Amino acid sequence: MLAKTHNAHGAAKDHGTMAQLMIGFALAALLTIIPFLLIIAEVEIARTTLIGIIMGLGAVQIVVHLVYFLHVNRSAEEGWTLFASIFAVLILVIVLAGSLWVMRNMNENMMPMHDMDHMTSLQSQQG
Amino acid sequence: MTPLDSTQLAPVMVVNDHDHGADHDSPTQIGFWIYLMSDCIIFGALFATYAVLGGRYAGGPGPLDLFEPEFVAVETALLLFSSVTFGLAMLQAVKGNLNRTLVWLAVTGVLGAGFIGMELYEFRHLIHIGAGPDRSAFLSAFFALVGTHGLHVTGGIIWLVTLMVQIKMHGLIDANMRRLATLSMFWHFLDLIWIGVFSFVYLVRLV
Repeated sequence: MLAKTHNAHGAAKDHGTMAQLMIGFALAALLTIIPFLLIIAEVEIARTTLIGIIMGLGAVQIVVHLVYFLHVNRSAEEGWTLFASIFAVLILVIVLAGSLWVMRNMNENMMPMHDMDHMTSLQSQQG
Repeated sequence: MTPLDSTQLAPVMVVNDHDHGADHDSPTQIGFWIYLMSDCIIFGALFATYAVLGGRYAGGPGPLDLFEPEFVAVETALLLFSSVTFGLAMLQAVKGNLNRTLVWLAVTGVLGAGFIGMELYEFRHLIHIGAGPDRSAFLSAFFALVGTHGLHVTGGIIWLVTLMVQIKMHGLIDANMRRLATLSMFWHFLDLIWIGVFSFVYLVRLV
């Protein structure tokens, strides 16, 4: 009942609670401090593992922000908020993975510059 | 006693029902969220650009020469604290506490301005030592991505100051509460994007 009367204030339904804010802050702070410490303290971990840890913690923190600060959940705007977010994530994955894939393929398949000069000079000789 | 209770409760229920209806009528929240998601895709494209071009130094300086993790840590802290202080402003506004709302908004604005100040200092320093956006593809991608985020935060600060004036003038009326909730989404969203920036742009390249 108390929560309901609070909501009567504005157009937005879910402004969160103090507890949510503080839990979100604690988690976000922890998930920020760990990767920075790993880099600043120059912890001896395999390169790829360390990259994986930093990206993984970043992804977890993004979810923490979405849940505790932005209050994305299944009930917000009858699920439309969540639906729009999932759609955006899908587009992001296509853009990011697609760009990296296409550019990597191009780099592998394209002739190095000096070979290309050689080819053009050969062609001009033949022509 | 029971009839009295029900009469006391009745107006509250009516108010809630009315407001519940009003929620569905206001498309601002979902509309702004869709804007944020499209903005997110702009950032996604810039992240993809950085991912593709991040290793092209053109014989110029690389991340290990340019990035200081301690400096970025302070920037990150400023932005995270500003997210929390905005949350506190929001909670005070819901309670109807005008002055405390304004105080927390002001703190948020100062933290945001501190962040922008540090970013401008970093950009100026980089350009000064010859590592400007024209130096290499890596630096072009870096300035485009981090600069776009910085412009968003600057826009957020202008919005924040404008809204503080409006709240001061008209109080915590429904329209201002809606604007506050919308700016709250914008501000938290920018902090969310920054997680990607400090992880992917700075830290991973310092491994």
